[in-house]
Order: sequence, then structure tokens, then C-alpha cells
Amino acid sequence: MATKRTIEVELSTSGLTRDGKPQRVPLVTGGDTGVALAEPPSLELDGEHMLINIGPQHPATHGVLRLVLELDGETVVRCIPHVGYLHCGFEKIGEYRQYNQIIPWTDREDYLNSIGNNVAFALGAERLFGIEITERCKVLRVIAMELSRIASHLVWLGTTCIDIGAFTPFLWSFQERENIYNLLEGWVGARLTTSATRVGGMAADIPDKWLEGLRGFVSTFPKTIYEVDRMLTKNAIWVGRTIGLGVMSPDEALNYGLSGPMLRASGVAYDVRKDFPYLDYETYDFDVPVGTNGDVYDRFLVRVEELRQSVRILEQCIKRLPDGPVNVDDPRVILPPKHKATSEMESMIHHFKNVMEGPRPPVGECYVAVESPKGEKGYYFVSDGTSKPARWRIRPPSFVNLSAIPKMVEGHLLSDVIAINASIDIVMGEIDR
Amino acid sequence: MSKFEIVKPGSGNPKEPATPKNVPNRGGEANPSGIALKEQFSAAILRIDVVNGETNVLVETAKVLDIVRWLHDDATQSYEYLSDVTAVEHRDLSMPIEVVWHLRSIKYRRFLRIKTQLKKGTKLEVPSVWPVYKGADWLERECYDMFGITFAGHYDLRRILMWEQYKEGFPLRKDFPLRGRFSRSEQLRQALDANPEAKYSMEELSVADAFEELPLDMRARIASGEKTGE
Repeated sequence: MATKRTIEVELSTSGLTRDGKPQRVPLVTGGDTGVALAEPPSLELDGEHMLINIGPQHPATHGVLRLVLELDGETVVRCIPHVGYLHCGFEKIGEYRQYNQIIPWTDREDYLNSIGNNVAFALGAERLFGIEITERCKVLRVIAMELSRIASHLVWLGTTCIDIGAFTPFLWSFQERENIYNLLEGWVGARLTTSATRVGGMAADIPDKWLEGLRGFVSTFPKTIYEVDRMLTKNAIWVGRTIGLGVMSPDEALNYGLSGPMLRASGVAYDVRKDFPYLDYETYDFDVPVGTNGDVYDRFLVRVEELRQSVRILEQCIKRLPDGPVNVDDPRVILPPKHKATSEMESMIHHFKNVMEGPRPPVGECYVAVESPKGEKGYYFVSDGTSKPARWRIRPPSFVNLSAIPKMVEGHLLSDVIAINASIDIVMGEIDR
Repeated sequence: MSKFEIVKPGSGNPKEPATPKNVPNRGGEANPSGIALKEQFSAAILRIDVVNGETNVLVETAKVLDIVRWLHDDATQSYEYLSDVTAVEHRDLSMPIEVVWHLRSIKYRRFLRIKTQLKKGTKLEVPSVWPVYKGADWLERECYDMFGITFAGHYDLRRILMWEQYKEGFPLRKDFPLRGRFSRSEQLRQALDANPEAKYSMEELSVADAFEELPLDMRARIASGEKTGE
């Protein structure tokens, strides 16, 4: 995997040698320019290791991650991650809630991808209930998932740029993310904690003219991707800070259970949307970007390309969105219309029983995985026939991705730990749950 | 517990009404790996059933590592990806605890669920699949942390989401109350009493440059090989 690569660096930047290594510039003090400095006294630090602690309250750890690093000089010898500072027991709480009541909790685990989690949860619950959702609902959910993928990747892009030292792309990406949140606000009323789905459908259909807004976003957003691409892909500092860091070979990446852009950057073309399709993803025309080197730079390239592919999927969604109902016609899970519930006795009883007792799925279990922006996000349900799951398990992709960080950072410099950690795209809400 | 109406799963009879609408959730296309496993490990495979289109294989606890290793290594199976390791405790407390492995074959696009049952009252121990899948590292630690199931053969089995000195038990067990065992005031008292130095594990402290400056009793504990902190 350690093959040499040539990347045409466009912006001529001082500070790098020809082979991409940081240039060593002799420091000259005072006015005595040109005078050779005496050799600095050599410090024999061999064998003395230092233990340093990063986080849990540190901006570069993207939340409350704590890394304990053993350093030899500036090189990481060992890394011991500590997680759990945000542990709230979502899975435990889920055992005490009805299926529709759990949906707000899914917003709050991977909070950058909240509407995607809502869709994933609803898909799992629907398989448990044996419900086939409507065609319009499928397309709306694809729109929701791709919008949230773009929003999540934009946050990743912005924060990673800040970590590595580029400030401007952060502003661009957060501005575009704002547009997505405006769209979501127009659709479901909330920006971050959307709770957009229900078992058997969506909380709301899209309002009139909403598609115009989406069309506008789809037509303007590629310009931002282009700008980011121009700014970073051939930037000497960016390339110098990301290339060759945290390399995972394809076999290692699979064995460590990595998923999403982390796995694909290593050269394994595993995308849940293609390999185990849901929501008719097999009928959409899109490509899965795959890296070759498995380093931080390839992860960046993969994510930027995924932004473009998501725009492609959104364009197809706009074209194919059919008319018709959003919710299934199944009184087991769907509430009667509000005006009927307040005027007819039977509908009121139906509403009351569905809300107070909750729909009951058959005895059984299922595991539904979707391709979240971080990787394979799975929900595992075990039902014992009551209205509350006997076990609700979240398979958190960034938890498993983060577990490979000791492997990735060992042997690298302390400053590279920040870049590698940023490239994993962690969300502590999902890791700790 | 009495609040819930308990329905025993696993009866296997598709005609048995489970819901008012009687949705057939058993059945679907079976994964061919189930039959291959039965041929390879006949006695260790206790039950194979298909629920919601997913194949469940119930296996003997002692044979889990062999079975998983065969599934990983065999070219006709090629389960190179471990999705998840978790456990299930049912509301019916007389039912055994189940440990669940979700495996994926990316090559053949297959999904397989391996299960094993641990009887309550016995030692909750299963073989670790960490020697086969490095990704099982944190998943098994989480399972140990939440359910108290020991994974024999895991190189570093300690709590991960809860802190190392946590004494209230295993949060995802059904006998663990939703709000925790101790009152809020007791939890606050414990938090205030905690020694922040104890948050470093003994292993970390042992590499610390500050070893010489540690109190004598802590140095003695490190020297004696203690690893669990506190």
C-alpha cells in the first residue's frame, strides 16, 4: 500500500520539499543574517516516554473523546482511547418506549444525520411489522437520506479543514448546510432533531413548492463542491498534511470492521446501498467512489465524490417522485386523520388505542442496516409481541471505526493524530449513545 | 415485569397468531450457509430458522469460535465482515440470555446471524471472536460492559462506556432499574468522592513518567501487576 504517488500540487507553497516532506528552514535570530548557527546541544531523550492526555474537552476531538497517548519525542508509541462520556443509555430507554416514541431518540445519537437515522429506524420497524411502504414514501425517504448525507459530510469537511488549518472551506460548507436545514425546516418543522418518520410513513408530506427549493439547492450546490475541490485537492499544505497518514490496507480495514468512506478509501467497494439495497437504491444510477491508498487524503477524496453522487441521486429523485399517499393504509400503525378523531367515535377509539397502547409487531427479530454517512448503521430489534421492543440495538458505525484509531496513529506524529482522528468522522453521540 | 404481556418467541409455528392481523414473519429465502454449517458442524448446530428473511443459526456456545473461523476462512462462505456483536435478554426472565453475532459476506452478498444461548445462573462466558475479527474488540467490550458477559480470549476485556470503577452492575440487564440502582444523591456523593487520578488505568500510569512521584501504595499496586484501576 505504501506505493509512491504523484499528486500535482497546484498552489506553490513554501514549506514543503519536492517529495512532500516539510521543509526544514534554518532559523536565524537577530540581525546576523547569514551567520551559521552553532549546532544545538543534542538532547538525549531516548527511552524516556511521555504520557499526554487529549480531551475529553478539546475542540479537535470532535466531542468528548479522550485519547491517552504515549509519546517518544513527538512520535506516538501507543494510543489508548477512552469513550463513554456521553453515554445516556439510549438502548435501555428504547426498551421502555413504543416504536414511534423511540424515533426522537434516533435524532439524538448521530445528530448530524438525524433524518437518516429516522428513516433507518422506520425501515427496521416496518420489516418487523411486515409493512410495505408506498412508492412516494420511498422516494421521499431517499431524498431525506441523501440530504442528510450531504449535511453530515459538509460538517465533516468543515471541521476537518479547521483541524488541519484551513478556515475558508468551513464557512462555505456550513453555509450550504444551512440551506439543507432550511429545506428540512420547511418539510418537517425542525432543523436538527427532525423526528421525520413514523412506522409506515412520514410525519408529513412535503409542502407545495418544496421541490422548487430542492431543485434550487441541487443546481447551486455543485458549485460549492467545485470550489472546495479547487481549494483543497491540489493544495500543497492539504496534501502534505493528509497523504500517507493512518493507512489501512483493504484486508485490515475489513478485519477491523470499518465501514463507509473509511472502508472505501482503503479500496473495498462495500456500500450497503449497492450490496444490500433498501428503498429501491438498486434502481438509482450512482457510483461508489473507492480509494486506493487508505490514507486521510483518500478519505477526503471519497467523501467529496460522495457529495457529487448524492446530488446525482437527488436529481433522479426529483424526476421520479410519484403522486399518491405517503402513509400506508394500515390501521395497525397509522393514526386516523385529526378531524375524524375529534368527530367520530370509532376513529377516536382507534386514535386512543394506537397512541396509548401502541402498535404491536409480531414476535420476531430483524437487523436492518443502511449506509449512513459514517458507514453501516444497523438497527437490531427483538420483539416479544408487546408494543415495546425487548431489545433495541444500535450498530454504531463510528464506534467501530474509532476502535481502529490505535492501529492508525501509532508511529505517526502527535500533530497527525488530529488529522487522523478528524478523518474518521466521529460523532460522540453515536459512539456513546 | 408484570406490566408486560409476555409472549414466548421461538415457537416456530407460522400458523400461530402473533398479532391481530397475523402477519407471516417467518420464512423468506434461507441463506445457503445455514445448510453448509449443518453439514460441517452437525452436532454443534442446534437450530436453523428464517425470520423476516434473515437466517438465524443457533449454535453451541463452546463451538462459536470454530464456527466463526470456518465461516471467515472457507472460500465458499467468505464471511469477511463482522457487523455486530451484541446480546439479548428477554423480558421473560426464565429465558436464557442470547449472544448474537451478525456476519456479512461481501463477496456473496449474504447476511447471517449466529446465536448462542447462555443459561442464567451459570457463568456467562462465550469464546471471543477477536482472534478472527479485530473489529470485535470494542463490540465485545461493550457487550461485557452492558450485560456482564465474559468473552474468553479477548485480550483486554474491561468496561468501555461505563467507567472502570462502576459498581452498579450491568445496565442493559433487565433486572437493572431504568434510573440506576443508587439514588441521585448517592450517585452525586460517589462522583464527588471519586479520585480523578483513578481515572487513569494502572496500565497507563505504569508508563507514566511520573511513576516516581506516585504515592507509595499506588506504586506497590503497579508493581504487583494490578491492572484494573481504583
